[in-house]
Amino acid sequence: MDDIKETILNLLTDLHPDIDFEQETNLIDSKILDSFDIVSLIADINDELDVAISADKIIPENFNSLDSLAKLVKELSDED
Amino acid sequence: MLFTSYNFIAFLSAVIILYWLIPRKARWVLLLVADMVFYYFSKTTALPVNLIYLVSTIVSTYIFTNLITRNANKEKAYLKANKESLDKETKKKYKEQQKAVRRRLLIGSIVVNIGMLAVVKYTNFTISNINSIMGVLGSAHRLTFVDIAVPMGISYYIFQTVGYSIDCYRGKTEAQKNIFKLALFASFFPQLVQGPISRYDDLAPALFESKEFDFKYISYGLQRILWGFFKKLVIADRLLTAVTTIIKDTETYNGLFVVLGMLFYAIELYCDFTGGIDITIGAAEALGIPLKENFIRPYFSKTLKEFWNRWHITMGTWFTDYIFYPLSVSKFMLNLNRSSRKHLGDKIGKRVPVYTATIIVWFATGIWHGASWNFIVWGLGNCLVLLISQELEPFYRFFHSKTKVNGTRIWDAVRIIRTMLIVSSLRLFDCYRDVPLTFKMFGSIFTDKAVINKETLMGLGLEPTDYIVVLIGVIIVFVVSLIGRSGSVRDKISTIPYWGKFAIWFGLFLIVLIFGQYGIGYAASQFIYNQF
Amino acid sequence: MKTGKLKTIIRIIASAVVVVLVLTFLTLLLTPKFMSGVTEGAMIAEFYDEEMCHDVVFVGDCELYENISPVTLWENYGISSYIRGSAQQLIWQSYYLMEDTLRYEKPDVFVFNVLSMKYNTPQKETYNRMTLDGMRWSSSKIESINASMLPEEHFIEYVFPILRFHSRWNDLTEDDINYLIDKDKVSHNGYYMRVDSKPVSKIPNGMPLGDYTFGDNAMYYLDKMVELCHKNNVELVLVKAPSLFPVWYPEWDAQIEKFASAHKIKYYNLLDCADTIGIDWNTDTYDAGLHLNLSGATKTSVFLGQILRDECHIKDHRGDPYYEKIWAPKIDFYYEDIEEQKIKYNITDN
Repeated sequence: MDDIKETILNLLTDLHPDIDFEQETNLIDSKILDSFDIVSLIADINDELDVAISADKIIPENFNSLDSLAKLVKELSDED
Repeated sequence: MLFTSYNFIAFLSAVIILYWLIPRKARWVLLLVADMVFYYFSKTTALPVNLIYLVSTIVSTYIFTNLITRNANKEKAYLKANKESLDKETKKKYKEQQKAVRRRLLIGSIVVNIGMLAVVKYTNFTISNINSIMGVLGSAHRLTFVDIAVPMGISYYIFQTVGYSIDCYRGKTEAQKNIFKLALFASFFPQLVQGPISRYDDLAPALFESKEFDFKYISYGLQRILWGFFKKLVIADRLLTAVTTIIKDTETYNGLFVVLGMLFYAIELYCDFTGGIDITIGAAEALGIPLKENFIRPYFSKTLKEFWNRWHITMGTWFTDYIFYPLSVSKFMLNLNRSSRKHLGDKIGKRVPVYTATIIVWFATGIWHGASWNFIVWGLGNCLVLLISQELEPFYRFFHSKTKVNGTRIWDAVRIIRTMLIVSSLRLFDCYRDVPLTFKMFGSIFTDKAVINKETLMGLGLEPTDYIVVLIGVIIVFVVSLIGRSGSVRDKISTIPYWGKFAIWFGLFLIVLIFGQYGIGYAASQFIYNQF
Repeated sequence: MKTGKLKTIIRIIASAVVVVLVLTFLTLLLTPKFMSGVTEGAMIAEFYDEEMCHDVVFVGDCELYENISPVTLWENYGISSYIRGSAQQLIWQSYYLMEDTLRYEKPDVFVFNVLSMKYNTPQKETYNRMTLDGMRWSSSKIESINASMLPEEHFIEYVFPILRFHSRWNDLTEDDINYLIDKDKVSHNGYYMRVDSKPVSKIPNGMPLGDYTFGDNAMYYLDKMVELCHKNNVELVLVKAPSLFPVWYPEWDAQIEKFASAHKIKYYNLLDCADTIGIDWNTDTYDAGLHLNLSGATKTSVFLGQILRDECHIKDHRGDPYYEKIWAPKIDFYYEDIEEQKIKYNITDN
């Protein structure tokens, strides 16, 4: 597991200790993450990884699983 | 044109029949014409004035969004053409420049549209606040109120067009090049007066590309409309008299009557608003156009947060997607996040930006419902409860780990009733429309001892038989909601043998026909949400 | 495949039959019956049960149907007559009732009471319904509805009365079941009989009006009446019935006089003739001067019958077996009613 993914996993586990984020692929649609969680997560990612996720990236496809989120962050950090 | 008028029924029937008869390519034009007819016959204020706002929204949105899309396409073409020659830095710089252009265009569009909404809805509210401040400062000077009528449905169509502009900016959708198609999106008649607030990429394909005729569209649409009429005409309009009586006479109806008023208003508002939305969705469905659901059994919610995910859903998601997210992930908020964490520590510091955004959104939600302080306090009251329950989350987790109540039916019922009480108590701000009075009446629940008996109940303007009709109506709605938890009620009914189906739908029709509050003798009331 | 299609067609037809039957039943159930209390609401419909051989048909408001008795006209002059009267019947409603009557028969004379000239616009929804619901469907009914509707009324509520009367589910009585289909006779050829009396306490002095000119809409229909009667070769007679209230102003009377002489039609102000008729305002009215009772109506009918016989040359049908057969049961019903009312109002013969 790469650094980015691991950092995100830690942040997610902080938010919901009871969820197995490596398995879950329906975080938004099954309402595990709500809008509060999403913006806290974005703030945390910004803090830890120095990547800014803008509002137009907040769509279920990007936040439904750890993998998709890690992919998004990687893409954004590559752009810089 | 009220949804519950003969004219609307005749108008809708004509539109549905014509719609399926004419060639598919022409259908969206028919819908646009229908919008104009609907708007013309719904004139609550002078028509030209009313129309100016709608047309301004359409034209300004059309211009700004097309400029945004054109810029985005230009950027793409330029980058593609110069793929080899440009280095990474130059590309990035160019992209940022273009994005700034689009941003300015978006801001232009938002300023025009939200500005228009603000002027018609909030000018007098602002004036009254300025006057109060001048009073406090001891100035005798007062500004005079302006005479602006709020055009029909403006809060809804402006939210749709602004959402669409933002979608164009975000690249989620391309700008519509045909202004008449955009006009149809902005003014689609079933949802013109009270929502739901649709998103362009959800609604537009169905509006412009009509489906192949299927009788199911018409039958399902009419069934949904009938259900809406039932809730609106049989229950909501019947209870309205009692609700109004209780609210208007605060001297007589205090104490327990406030609780009764809360209950009646909860039923009345639900049946009125969801009934209206049923008619809206049913009308669109009969044209083969699916609209987003606006309610999913909200009164079964166990928390206030859940309630707001199930009540007036399209409004809630609009505020989340277009205000809450951009606000809370903006540069400003991210910086605020960093500095507040530094100064206040991780735990408290990380809450500052999210809570700030939440408060702003609920302030906006409050003022969107009405330009007065009672709605602002109502919005902030909801916000307060949401934030407190967010903070209590660890406590609940602890409580549930120590007890076994979580998940039991009784505990669920307790939570549902608790949520209902919170929602209804907050709604008193909406009922009494005056902040101090609301607090006074809420306090009177615990201090005043008004007696509720047969005699005082009759004083509310309903006859004993009316209470029976309401009670049976509410039971029917409740049972239907229970059945609806496991899937579409209409689907379930459609599997029953023919005469069973016939009995259900014809029976419902007869109930509306006989027990509905319509016609002379009953002054038909406006849907409550028309005014927003 | 074929049987499936047949089954669908049968289902559709069967469903349609059920829908029509249930809605018809509910309409019959919920529509007011007017069999007790306000019986005036049932009078317009009664006309269609008649043998259509009337010499004289009266059209107008309560001043006709409470002040003129066709039985008296028959007994004294052998005149066969009918009153198509209803509460606050407006002039266009009277006009369309004339049109409607001409679909069934051609009387020698139409008598119109001119009091309703004072109304130029629709007045009251309840009275509209009482006049219009009883009419059979025809172009006259449609035009009458359109001319009578108030802004809050809808044509469709006349086509489907259940839309108007559905709220009566809460006020249903035994009458609504008993008279679901068959109705009792409530009038004597359109005459609403009352035998009790209440003396006039004071003669009214009308409040002065700003303008006494009849409205243009009312005049329009008066012209149309003249035209209709002329075209159908029926004589039009105008009367002002002998009621003290509502006030009939001399200025109005002058306008009618002028109109009548200009169009060469007869006009009789029976209120001015009250003394000649022999009306005793202490005994001949049941509500202190608005309407006459049986005694007053009998006197008025005797007086008017003379005019109809002498001036309009209406034939005496007494002795004609055809007419005698029609009138015999009517006379029986008339005297039965008198006796019943005498008991009801506790009146003893002197």
